[in-house]
Amino acid sequence: MKLQLRDVTKSFAERVVLSGITLDVKAGEVVSFIGSSGSGKTTLLRCINLLEPIDEGAILLDGDEITRVGRDPNPVRRRIGIVFQSFNLFPHMSVKRNITLALTQVLGKTVVEANEIARSLLSRFDLIDKFDAYPDQLSGGQQQRVAIVRALAMSPEVLLFDEVTSALDPELVGEVLDVIRELKGSGITMLIATHEMSFASEISDRVCFLVAGCIAEQGTPQQMFSNPTDERTKQFLRRVHAVGNL
Amino acid sequence: MSASTSNAKGERQRFEQRQRQRSSSIAALSTVAVVVVLIVAIPRLPRWDRVQESFFNGERFVDSFPRLLDAFVLDIKIFAWSTPAIIVLALVLAITRSTRNPALFPVRIFVIGYIDIMRGVPVILWIYLIGFGVPGVGLERPWNSPLLWGSVALVMTYGAYIAEVFRAGIDSVHESQRAASRSLGLSNTQTMRFIILPQAIRRVVPPLMNDLVSLQKDVALVSLIGPIEILRQAGIDKAKFANFTPYVAAAIIFLSITIPLTRTTDYLLARERRRTSATRVR
Repeated sequence: MKLQLRDVTKSFAERVVLSGITLDVKAGEVVSFIGSSGSGKTTLLRCINLLEPIDEGAILLDGDEITRVGRDPNPVRRRIGIVFQSFNLFPHMSVKRNITLALTQVLGKTVVEANEIARSLLSRFDLIDKFDAYPDQLSGGQQQRVAIVRALAMSPEVLLFDEVTSALDPELVGEVLDVIRELKGSGITMLIATHEMSFASEISDRVCFLVAGCIAEQGTPQQMFSNPTDERTKQFLRRVHAVGNL
Repeated sequence: MSASTSNAKGERQRFEQRQRQRSSSIAALSTVAVVVVLIVAIPRLPRWDRVQESFFNGERFVDSFPRLLDAFVLDIKIFAWSTPAIIVLALVLAITRSTRNPALFPVRIFVIGYIDIMRGVPVILWIYLIGFGVPGVGLERPWNSPLLWGSVALVMTYGAYIAEVFRAGIDSVHESQRAASRSLGLSNTQTMRFIILPQAIRRVVPPLMNDLVSLQKDVALVSLIGPIEILRQAGIDKAKFANFTPYVAAAIIFLSITIPLTRTTDYLLARERRRTSATRVR
């Protein structure tokens, strides 16, 4: 198993955000998390990247417990990348430097090597003409694609997508989803929190439906979207369906 | 579309043109009016001739100016060696105060106390206390120089003021930037150095320059414990000829440094904005 979550629990003050999440993810698997706002999708991904400490339970990467108290998070984060809803590019750095900073500072690559990696990834995703641009000069879709390239440049084994299209204009969503489509099958394990139901259905090997910090139901996209068994899943999908997201 | 639309467009352009001409003629007229009032009104003040004689005496001005300029070199020197020390001290204080390492809690408390105390007492008092007090313990030359300890007092007080400017800058960088940086595996220290500080410093350049202009003027306070810099030289000349013109000359010399300093800052900031952003609201 690439990634194992064992009874992961997390609260903010008195509010329980994750209450006992258990999940096994195989290498190369694509798992989507759906559910209404506040169901814990974002927090779950942030916990896996160790941006939030968990209260109880354990998260294992290749059988190795990464949430052990006192463990240095930095080597883990090199192996688990995350892409944020609001891009979070560094506004004072060019696209090139956004991508190469961690390559040189964390992985110890030379500037030449790092630039080469940035160039080849930007070419692959049709962004090479933005090599020297600054984030403010890019559209939202381009910024998010650069953010994905930045995470990808570290060659992570697991990549987390935290509602990466929620801050985008509808016509820019497609270009970002195309990037994720292209990554499927490249061997990288992907966990995707999303509101794009048709995308989740198309790209996922497995879909998990979260309610109040628990996985209420999980299964293949086919099962989940055609034959959900849990009453809450049915309700959620009906609601989403009503606003035309499926 | 139709002819009427393109006419409307031409009309709009003519309207905007008229608006622009109107604004610039109002600006020109009001400027002329103010200047005329000043030129006509001021000399009619009852004792203007005596003020002019004491403050704007051409002969005294020409006589004092070179001496003041020479003395001003000392101000520049104090400013020049104090500023880098102030920036370094301020950065150290601000970073220490912003650090989240619990082991540094006692250091943080010390830094907060230091900043409160330095900022809570007038600069002039610190110059007296440190400038006279420290050499008083029996330091030998050159370590008892008032110039040295006056500068130290400036560094210690302005370091505290500017530390707060840097801290405001550090706090203004959004938490999501830290998250993005840490998620890439960069350490806390690397995040501070590459992500937080560069953005923080850019944002605080205007208030920082404001404080440096202030410092440029407060350098003159060091004269109160001995060194003959421009303010003291002006005082000497004033006493010698019973005429205040040297003070006016000193003011002009200060302006010749502080105004270009502020204009340059504005220019640099505007350039930075043009470089990193695509569109601006007019």
